[in-house]
Amino acid sequence: MEEEPVEEIESLLEQFDSRRANLIAILQEIQSKYFYLPHPALERVARKLKVPLTDVYHIATFYRCFSLTPRGRHQIQVCLGTACHVRGAPRVLDRILTILKLAEAGTTADREFTVLTVRCIGCCGLAPVVRVDANTHPHLTQAKVRGLLNKYRKPERAQEETAAETTGEVDATVGVG
Amino acid sequence: MPRLASVNELEAYRAHLSAIRDAKRPCVTVCAGSGCTAAGAAGVLSALGKGVEKAGLKDAVDVKSTGCHGFCERGPIMIVWPEGTFYNRVAPGDARAIVASLGNGHVPVEKLLYKDPASGRAVVREEEVPFYARQRRVLFGNNGRIDPKNIDDYLTVGGYAALGKVLSSMNWEQVIDQVKRSGLRGRGGAGFPTGAKWDFCRQNPAPRYLICNADEGDPGAFMDRSLLEGNPHSVLEGMIIGAFALGVEEGYVYVRAEYPLAVEHLRMAIEQAEQYGLLGDDILGSGMRFRVQVVKGAGAFVCGEETALMRSIEGKVGEPQPRPPYPVQRGLWNRPTVINNVKTWASVPVIMNRGAEWYASIGTAKSKGTMVFSLVGKINNTGLVEVPMGITLREMIYEIGGGIPGGRKLKAIQIGGPSGGCIPASLIDLTIDYEELTKAGSMMGSGGMVVMDDSTCMVDVARYFMEFLEDESCGQCFPCRKGTQRMREILARICAGHGKEEDLKLLEDLGWVMQQTSLCALGTTAANPVLTTLRYFRDEYLAHIRDQQCPAKVCKQLIYYEIDPTLCDGCGACVKVCAGEAILGEKKMLHTIDMAKCTRCGACMEVCQPKAVLVSTGAVPCPQ
Ligand SMILES: Cc1cc2nc3c(=O)[nH]c(=O)nc-3n(C[C@H](O)[C@H](O)[C@H](O)COP(=O)(O)O)c2cc1C
Ligand code: SF4
Ligand code: SF4
Ligand code: FES
Ligand code: FES
Repeated sequence: MEEEPVEEIESLLEQFDSRRANLIAILQEIQSKYFYLPHPALERVARKLKVPLTDVYHIATFYRCFSLTPRGRHQIQVCLGTACHVRGAPRVLDRILTILKLAEAGTTADREFTVLTVRCIGCCGLAPVVRVDANTHPHLTQAKVRGLLNKYRKPERAQEETAAETTGEVDATVGVG
Repeated sequence: MPRLASVNELEAYRAHLSAIRDAKRPCVTVCAGSGCTAAGAAGVLSALGKGVEKAGLKDAVDVKSTGCHGFCERGPIMIVWPEGTFYNRVAPGDARAIVASLGNGHVPVEKLLYKDPASGRAVVREEEVPFYARQRRVLFGNNGRIDPKNIDDYLTVGGYAALGKVLSSMNWEQVIDQVKRSGLRGRGGAGFPTGAKWDFCRQNPAPRYLICNADEGDPGAFMDRSLLEGNPHSVLEGMIIGAFALGVEEGYVYVRAEYPLAVEHLRMAIEQAEQYGLLGDDILGSGMRFRVQVVKGAGAFVCGEETALMRSIEGKVGEPQPRPPYPVQRGLWNRPTVINNVKTWASVPVIMNRGAEWYASIGTAKSKGTMVFSLVGKINNTGLVEVPMGITLREMIYEIGGGIPGGRKLKAIQIGGPSGGCIPASLIDLTIDYEELTKAGSMMGSGGMVVMDDSTCMVDVARYFMEFLEDESCGQCFPCRKGTQRMREILARICAGHGKEEDLKLLEDLGWVMQQTSLCALGTTAANPVLTTLRYFRDEYLAHIRDQQCPAKVCKQLIYYEIDPTLCDGCGACVKVCAGEAILGEKKMLHTIDMAKCTRCGACMEVCQPKAVLVSTGAVPCPQ
């Protein structure tokens, strides 16, 4: 486990007053900073707001945007909303998982990527869409997936991957929005 | 930066703005909504900016980024004012030609104009584009004109005039009375009369609160997002008028965290309105006080339900609460609270400006005004559409939506998100209003409209919604928690070809129990997609059960792929994408698929140029 950035959490907590109503907003700040909620941080939040730690965990597990385990360097959000579903999103997801050697949505062993499924990111007109970090990629097809992932991989890794594959893939150029 | 201390000062400032702003000055507005941004709008904007500067036109031409214009399918989109020339699918490389045309008597750049597919004719002005021609953009009309980050833009198109009118010439009873007489019904789903809701709330003691519900959890819907991103002040103005009518000093906007741009634009709008004296203490010198806070949702569909949403604002787990008491009696912090949808709030200034009678003259007997739909799925012109209530589905799909792509057949229209239902193509002449949709087994919902063609499997769609709802059920009550799970299991079994005919009866019974006994509307409406598909597409269920066939060729366990030997040219494109290494064949020779290895991903079909890969449903034929 990485060293916990205690100081930073203290300074982050100072931006909020100790009202219970701030609990979710504080967790959102922590999540957006570390991409997950480290346990020591949750303990500090509980102490500051004077709410039981179990309550903090209840919130952290109820809402979708929180994660209790570390996430990868790049977050891949695959939209499985209705518009994306009828335009082939499940197949795009399968392809992403196959290429990243994941059995289901989650983080790759090298912590390069975390695949998340989301329900509509509000770009339904361009379905199916995938968001990687802050970039939205429209009109995806299975054939475009490898090219897309390679754009985000560390360059050496991308090369290794392509070379190791006996069945290379049609590389698609995908605009980064 | 003026602080406007009275309604007169507001009007004087508006006059000043129109005096310094030359209405004839060329202005290029580029859509920077989420869709166009994904299609590359940022590059277009910067190329245009540079081009204008290089041509020495910096002082003669404005370049602005705006919110979504609706026609996202055709993005990036831009309009050249004052002519209103409409360009679509613009690339950064087109900037040069556009700039040249500005300095050259505004002769439109031919290749960027929209070509009407019916006539093949190039269309110059936005309102002549068939997608827009049938619309009535009461709420969205200004999206393509104003920079959402600039309050002066909103003021120039008449923004905050309704607030001025209310503060200078109306009392709170008159405001509520106008809202009542307009016939406005909530745009968040259930269609509850807004004026009546306000009236109930006002009868309860202060402090009272109001909330704008911008959670927009329905998958396939993005109109609330687009309005907040493109015209946040229109929503704020509605909330301020509401605060006046309701005697409220504190309001909240609950926005999904997935909508960062909406949050940003909203926060900017709040800050500017405060600086101008339109929010905060002593609004326009009237003594009225009102503050707005933005709360980011944390990703739970059920938090769109109003009682859950209020718990979430309180920093708690978003579990719905039984009612009564209703939120207008006991809501946020146990105080009387009005909660309305984004579009409901944005309708309020329109009603104050143009009058209740004008608003009520649009629409049908019981559904007044305009409704905003997100038209998505298997349709040519995807995007946001604002139409008068009472328009028919046929007009929506064929006139505005431009029909179904690839010459395929319309099969169904899913309206109202997970709590809505599927309307079959045979009901294409249905008029869209609250009652008609409910009669057909669906509902208005928040306006998500997903078009499905004959390549969509209705059983799969029902399974999809049930999976979604099982995931999103808060789990508090048994019928919803267990019902969604059981339904999803049964539907998955049918999709896999293991269904039994008794399953259909079981689904209907489960649906009935969930409707009758769940605590909140998530559970009571969860069965709608299943019940409507059972009602209109029973044959498709039976094909899965009796014949082990998926007529739409979607359900993986019931389909197989093969290569037509007369069409295969041996290019090998399929081999490269095959996930299962299931395709055999040398280059330039006939290729074949080994169904024992095939994962049925369909990628080969996607890439095969001569269209030699075929998909069939039923048992895999034995190899010779
Ligand atoms: C599960 C569930 C999710 C909902 N999601 C939303 C939503 O995302 N946005 C919304 O405005 N209303 C949503 N609603 C409806 C709200 O509970 C509420 O009726 C609405 O915000 C009231 O505003 P209106 O009168 O302007 O329609 C949802 C309801 C349920 C049961
Ligand atoms: S119906 Fe479902 S979502 Fe609503 S309270 Fe019950 S379990 Fe929760
Ligand atoms: S459907 Fe997928 S796994 Fe099967 S042959 Fe085609 S590409 Fe290969
Ligand atoms: S359904 Fe995928 S972006 Fe809306
Ligand atoms: S995002 Fe540009 S038109 Fe919708």
